[in-house]
Amino acid sequence: MAPIHTQPLLSVRDLVTVFEMPGRSARGVDGVSFEVGQGEVFGLVGESGCGKTATCRSILRLFAGAPARIERGEILFGGLDLLRLDEERLSDIRGAQVAMIFQDPMTSLNPTMRIGAQIGEGLRRHQKLGRAEARRRAFELLASVGVPNPASRLDDYPHQFSGGMRQRVMIAIALACRPKLLIADEPTTALDVTIQDQILKLLLRLKNEYGMSVLIVTHDLGVVAQTCDRVAVMYAGRIAELAEARSLFRNPRHPYTRALLKSLPGLEIEGRRLAPIGGAPPDLARLPPGCRFHPRCAYAVAECRAQLPPLILVGEGHATACIRHESLP
Amino acid sequence: MNSAAPLLQVNSLVKGFPARRSLAALMRGEKPRALQAVRGVSLELATGETLGLVGESGCGKSTLGRCIAGLYRPTSGSVFYRGEPLHGRETRRQSSRRVQMIFQDPYASLNPQLSVERTLAEVIRVHGLAKGRSAIADRVDELLLQVGLSPQAKSQLPHTFSGGQRQRISIARALAVEPEIIIADEPVSALDVSIQAQIVNLFIELRERLGLAYLFIAHDLNVVRHVSDRIAVMYLGQIVEVAATRELFRQPGHPYTRSLLSAIPKPDPDHRSHSVSLEGELPDPHFPPSGCNFNTRCPLVVERCRIESPELLEHSPARAVRCHRAFQVEVG
Repeated sequence: MAPIHTQPLLSVRDLVTVFEMPGRSARGVDGVSFEVGQGEVFGLVGESGCGKTATCRSILRLFAGAPARIERGEILFGGLDLLRLDEERLSDIRGAQVAMIFQDPMTSLNPTMRIGAQIGEGLRRHQKLGRAEARRRAFELLASVGVPNPASRLDDYPHQFSGGMRQRVMIAIALACRPKLLIADEPTTALDVTIQDQILKLLLRLKNEYGMSVLIVTHDLGVVAQTCDRVAVMYAGRIAELAEARSLFRNPRHPYTRALLKSLPGLEIEGRRLAPIGGAPPDLARLPPGCRFHPRCAYAVAECRAQLPPLILVGEGHATACIRHESLP
Repeated sequence: MNSAAPLLQVNSLVKGFPARRSLAALMRGEKPRALQAVRGVSLELATGETLGLVGESGCGKSTLGRCIAGLYRPTSGSVFYRGEPLHGRETRRQSSRRVQMIFQDPYASLNPQLSVERTLAEVIRVHGLAKGRSAIADRVDELLLQVGLSPQAKSQLPHTFSGGQRQRISIARALAVEPEIIIADEPVSALDVSIQAQIVNLFIELRERLGLAYLFIAHDLNVVRHVSDRIAVMYLGQIVEVAATRELFRQPGHPYTRSLLSAIPKPDPDHRSHSVSLEGELPDPHFPPSGCNFNTRCPLVVERCRIESPELLEHSPARAVRCHRAFQVEVG
């Protein structure tokens, strides 16, 4: 377990990201704060629409065409507030100090460009390497992410790779400039379970080799447990609970986290009824008053409807946004 | 109808898809390289039983499900329902009353322009399962209650429902013809975990209440473990292991099964996996490796595996494994 570091690498403070839709807008991220330490693997976990992806995309302002606008907050990275940087200065950081990989590598690779050139592109831009040197580095990177026959594959196009191999190529591109932070947005969701296992182990090995921090976004609590040092559980645009992974799984202090863990199949005896969470997450444009989870919460009282619960520290490095945390069984 | 025969019996089912040849390949006189998605699968399903079917993308599990449901015509092999051929002599309408299929994406499998009521009423009317407007309306209400939806919502269109509710509607439509067998192809894969649990529970409840048998196809082993009495594991179009659920998880007999189980990320930070990942990727199904199809990735591979393809051998009742080195754990 990584220790709590004195100087975080990334510090997100009170981030608010708004999605503008015809006739209405919704806060996809609503007052999110967390820190990622040096060499730490930090997880953002939650269900569809909880704001985990919008949060991580706000860091590099890569919204893939979604009508998103960062309304307020700070994103401090190495003393710099990324939100105050103009597009040009931010693009000096993107791919160099902070890199990102996505769920679907096919849409983030250029289909008309050979893999070797795509891996070398960042090196030539950020580190001003020459063509031959960039190609040599591309070969090393492809080998280090476990692509077989790297020398001959440098001249292949993305469609000639399988899904798992494409994700390895994406990782090679991301690592090319030795970033300090790798943001991985659902990096294994599209992959089969044996390939997921390969990619997660690869990511953890490379994290150690490169001494970088990883911010991993996932819906899969198994992936969180297997990879993360610390975790934030998100619900309806806000952090519900934030803790070290072990503390979160052993002693969850938010009813939503507890309910999520109970709804997982396969943990106990077959045939057991699962304990689903009733209802569905709220529409972000029509949020319930007070705690956003209260309509689905088994422990809700009248007070839960009155105001948005703040994150309360309940143990070392363990915070929950539940006013009833002391009354939970 | 033969009362001793199993509810569903699949014998040596093969399904190939002819590949299109490019013009250039045609000019070179290349033979069309057919893809055999299912390569000789036999299985049985008993009344009220749930058989889980697992395997990774491209293993042929969905194609097998579609062949059994009659959506694809098998290249060879047969499907029997209580000892009678399921497809063939009967019309499609008759056989669809016995076997219904539920798909992963309820968005795509519901007509967006039909209200829930019309979707269900049409099925009831086409099959002549209720006569008269009020009898049909009663049946629609009953079906909705059965899947946990309020009959008050029946005039709404599919898009007004959430993903989980839409999957409930698909289930209600399948139940409308009172089938004995439901083939569920990744029915909860598109759903968030809290909603997934609701639908998994619904499947279990309906089985208990209506005595349904399921062929439950999914890539998520935890979900399959939860609902299935037995599990069949597929690799490159063949069943490589079939066993009672508890036995399969307690002691996997095939090295592929073992790799699949150990690759599931366990939601427990105190038990991090340090096992070595299964090497490599699925071979091109157009050219399955000779000998045992798994030999290119198998940690237990020996010379024999590259030459001789193993049979699916019964090791104990309800347990069969297709491996020369079944139940062996280390390379020896």
